[in-house]
Amino acid sequence: MMRQFSDVVKVTIFIFVLFSVFPLSTWAKEAIPVAEDPDIEKRMLALTVDLRCLVCQNESIADSRAEFSNDIRREIREQIKDNKTDKEIVQFLVDRYGDFVLYNPPMKPTTILLWFGPAILFAIGLGSLIVYLKRRRLQIEDVSLSQEQLKEAEALLNEDKKGKNV
Amino acid sequence: MMRYLMPLAIFIVLAVFLLVGLTLNPRQVPSPLIDKPAPKFQLNQLHESDKIMSSEDNLGKVWMLNVWASWCVACRDEHPLLVQLANSGIIPIYGLNYKDERNTALQWLKRYGDPYAISIVDTDGKVGINYGVYGVPETYVIDKQGIIRHKQIGPVTVDSLEKTILPLIKELQNQA
Repeated sequence: MMRQFSDVVKVTIFIFVLFSVFPLSTWAKEAIPVAEDPDIEKRMLALTVDLRCLVCQNESIADSRAEFSNDIRREIREQIKDNKTDKEIVQFLVDRYGDFVLYNPPMKPTTILLWFGPAILFAIGLGSLIVYLKRRRLQIEDVSLSQEQLKEAEALLNEDKKGKNV
Repeated sequence: MMRYLMPLAIFIVLAVFLLVGLTLNPRQVPSPLIDKPAPKFQLNQLHESDKIMSSEDNLGKVWMLNVWASWCVACRDEHPLLVQLANSGIIPIYGLNYKDERNTALQWLKRYGDPYAISIVDTDGKVGINYGVYGVPETYVIDKQGIIRHKQIGPVTVDSLEKTILPLIKELQNQA
């Protein structure tokens, strides 16, 4: 019993020593690189989702692994660290790469067609549909029958009834 | 008659739009830097790494800034043309060695010829970002006041040189 107990103590001490030595390796780390600061990373990601990678034009900078996107992400991280606002950072990129870098283009004279084009097309479509339907209704308007034609129709209907009764 | 003409008209309009679209290059993104002052820089030189070149050294003359790298394949295409242009003495060309290694860059110049009055080194691409560089090679024409007048995205070609760049240089050099 006593022997067993001392074994338990030994193991416990071993584990204790193990765990108290291990963290030393993590203490030795240098200052955390900017890329690993979760707050900066979060803001950077939120920003880059709406930015276009100019090299691989159908990808956002957040998704792209292109060298260009790496550089822009690094630039944005550094600017966030320098306490720049999101607006300032986006403006920095627009100044250098133009509105093309934005997935949400700003509203201005050159982009009016882009913003309202779909609505205009929809209005044109709706308008022509209404005109078409109205015209069609005019075409199938009731044509008044003469007395003779009515009688004729009635006779035909009666004939049909008789046929069924037989 | 109208019933057949309308679809035909719509088809023709669409076809024309698509045809024009085919001739456009989505890589040619208009630079917002045209007619704006060239971003300032102070960078180490490639050949004499202890010397620094500043963008302001070139005020008062029309010059070209060519962004190049030894890893850039398209740079090799335009290079003979740049060497020729440099030899003609029409305009000084400065090279921005973009995200490259010094030794490979120097070897590259030795092999293909060195058209640059001075090459400067942008190892981490920071100056490149300021100039809106996204596809090497890119070439800027900068006037006497230090304002960017033209940006060529992709390799300089005989066509672009004769039709756009050379006439522009002449015009800019004649300005006060």
